[in-house]
Amino acid sequence: MKTFALQLDRVSKVFGDFRALNNIDLRVVAGSIHAILGENGAGKTTLMNILYGLYQPDGGSITLNGQPAVIPSPSAAMEMGIGMIHQHFMLVDTLTVVENVVLGLPGQGLQLSLAEHAARLTELSQTYGFDIDPHVEIWKLPIGMRQRVEILKVLYRQANIIILDEPTSVLAPNEVASFLEGLKRLRDAGKTVIFITHKLDEVAEVADRITVMRLGQVTAETEVASITTRDMARMMVGRDVVLTAFEKPDTPPGPLRVVARNLSAIDNRGIQALKDVSFEIRSGEILGVAGVDGNGQAELAEVLTGMRAPSAGSLAVDGEDITALSVYDRRHRIGLSYVPEDRHHTGLVLDFSVMKNAMLRDFRVAPFSKNGVLDMRRAREVTDAWVKQFDVRLRSVDQAVRFLSGGNQQKLIFAREVECRPRVMVVMQPCKGLDVGAIEVLQRAILSERQRGTAILYISTELEHILNVCDRVAVMCAGRITGILRPQDATDARVGALMGGISEAESA
Amino acid sequence: MLDIIRYVYMLRPVWAVLAALFVGAGLIAVSGVNPLTAYSELFSGAFLDYYGLAGTLVKTSPILLAGLAVILPLRAGLLNIGVEGQIYMGGLFSTFAALLLPPMPAMIHLPICILFGALGGGLWGLIPGYLKALHGLNEVIVTILLNFIAINIVSFVVGGPMMQEGAPYPYSDEIGEQLFLPIVLPGTDAHIGFLVGLVLAVAMYFLLRFTTTGFALDTIGSNPQAARYAGIPVRRYVMLSMFAAGAIGGLAGALEILGLKHRLYHLFSPGYGFDGIVVAFMAQLNPLFAPVAAFFLSGLKAGALVMQRAVGLESTVIEAILGLVIIFVAASLAFTYNRTFWKLLLERRRQVEADLGASMGEK
Repeated sequence: MKTFALQLDRVSKVFGDFRALNNIDLRVVAGSIHAILGENGAGKTTLMNILYGLYQPDGGSITLNGQPAVIPSPSAAMEMGIGMIHQHFMLVDTLTVVENVVLGLPGQGLQLSLAEHAARLTELSQTYGFDIDPHVEIWKLPIGMRQRVEILKVLYRQANIIILDEPTSVLAPNEVASFLEGLKRLRDAGKTVIFITHKLDEVAEVADRITVMRLGQVTAETEVASITTRDMARMMVGRDVVLTAFEKPDTPPGPLRVVARNLSAIDNRGIQALKDVSFEIRSGEILGVAGVDGNGQAELAEVLTGMRAPSAGSLAVDGEDITALSVYDRRHRIGLSYVPEDRHHTGLVLDFSVMKNAMLRDFRVAPFSKNGVLDMRRAREVTDAWVKQFDVRLRSVDQAVRFLSGGNQQKLIFAREVECRPRVMVVMQPCKGLDVGAIEVLQRAILSERQRGTAILYISTELEHILNVCDRVAVMCAGRITGILRPQDATDARVGALMGGISEAESA
Repeated sequence: MLDIIRYVYMLRPVWAVLAALFVGAGLIAVSGVNPLTAYSELFSGAFLDYYGLAGTLVKTSPILLAGLAVILPLRAGLLNIGVEGQIYMGGLFSTFAALLLPPMPAMIHLPICILFGALGGGLWGLIPGYLKALHGLNEVIVTILLNFIAINIVSFVVGGPMMQEGAPYPYSDEIGEQLFLPIVLPGTDAHIGFLVGLVLAVAMYFLLRFTTTGFALDTIGSNPQAARYAGIPVRRYVMLSMFAAGAIGGLAGALEILGLKHRLYHLFSPGYGFDGIVVAFMAQLNPLFAPVAAFFLSGLKAGALVMQRAVGLESTVIEAILGLVIIFVAASLAFTYNRTFWKLLLERRRQVEADLGASMGEK
């Protein structure tokens, strides 16, 4: 009989009226990689927070290494050998790797020998092939490396069960492979890895066993080898999901709408992040922007939407030069919509109600206000309609938007940015951290905007998503557009070369 | 039931004040005075006695306006510690207008004096607003420092260029009697200042709750990045709200001079600007609660003097009690209403009661 590192029996958790977890059974084999798969709001994160002692279950029992266990707090979880790596890193940017690892380490007394810790850390990181210099400040490290620091942090505390909450959602595509390798090395060293995700291909690649969750319940627990990704998707969403390309109506693009000429811009650190970028988007056309994260895509979106002033170049919409226009004028006079990358800090005011967030873009114009006075009754009607139309799941429109799941937050943003009938739309990483069901809804919304004649710039690091919806694909590297391709020409090899900065003549 | 609990939470500054008074009762008892006598003297002196009430209203005027001057920018996330300085500049400017302008009918002259005061405070508030909006300077530090400058400018002016000849103490000439503000309670000092504050409080409530300006300010206060994303001109609103706050502070100073002091004194405000911060937090940034909070705080201050005289309590004890009120109110804000928690608790109780009922039935 296999030994279970962790066993959950009929664990439940209730928030108000909402049953986040309903009689969850979970068995994790020691020394395996166990994936927990589910849509946003399926209860994965709640479950992990219970394992890490952040929440207490309202019912059920937890068995750890054969012993019944109660996990009262994260520090107790740590002592029991459970380590957690959150989706958003808990690192101090200005401290070095070893300082971050030692931070909060119990039993240090009055003296701290950083050198000794650093030596042990180096040894540890070599064991797992992590290759990290313990004396580098965190802010100098790329995201993938920071994640390794987080993993080292829990390993250093002798964790035997390592929980990772959507670890790959923050990684660039080229970092994912090496991350998954790292997971395998952890398993080979005898650690138990629990990893929460909604990316099917990753599960198929590394996981040994899988638990699929849906609406707070476990729908399946099985060996990965015995199941196809298609089945996983069905169990996760509760119906068949089209994973392949959408049927894109073959409407010819309309007249030239957006013309960007030689745009350059400086980023927040004073470095030139956008260099001489030119492109055109026609009405009813989707221009995809692919590339490794951090190659000027964010600055490009900001320059287009007016949140960052370009240092050179010009931007025109329907022949009108808008280079100097304010965000307000772009939004209301030009009809520009923007779905930003960062929902929490840019796209939403988390403490505002759903209704106020729905008003955020257009609260100064009809129907939300008249002569500077808000019309709350109309706003409520409009919000109710949007919530229905975009299937935003919530308790009430007066609920703070903070308490919606990521997918529902994004649907609300889409409703707001699409229902104002824009002429130009900038969409950045709209599917980041979302499950297949929500992605489908959003991509359909984008395509129906295209159908309506909107010129759309679709920025994403997920080439698959771009190829699904775009008419042309621009690839960015180091602040430049290295090439613009038609989807049928965008082979992995060609796009990979362009992402790496090997330019070729525009071929579309 | 949940609604009742929510209201209990909304009233937490009230509970905090009561708790502070309770602890203060201990202090009074230690000083050898019966706390009940002391408090009844305090409250009857502050609210029940005609002249005492007038004294409370006189203090309510600057404290309420100062509270509003803190609330408005705080909704946009700006902590205006500079109301004291804005009061001084308002007093200075309105005195200028009262003493230096050529003679004209009071009907015109009085509004000009008030506007000058508001303008003086507004410009003084615009300095930190401008520095914050365009250079990112911390408004807390700038406003604190500007307080000292404003207080000393007034001291210099009334101690030198504008000092009344032969005055024993730094103060200016008296302003013309036609410029005195109307008195509300005959035979007392209670001028119309607190009514002005009341009207402004209601106006500010509607502004913040029902207009796009209020929406924009709240958005900036909650998430400036999202405000920029929504196309709200954040810098303009930062400057505007600090100017408006300064103008309200300046108004407080102007009304203090025109309504009560009738001449510019050095150190004429005993920290009303800082009382405004307390009012803002007691009112939980809701302008509609500000008059209540200001009236109560003024009552404590006015009644303290009465209590001191009546029962011979050390004034330090009274100051300690005022300090307790502030600490308790600040601490009470940490208790936030958690719907889920209370709902669960109530459900469990109902469950227990149901079980009990069932077991009783079995017997």
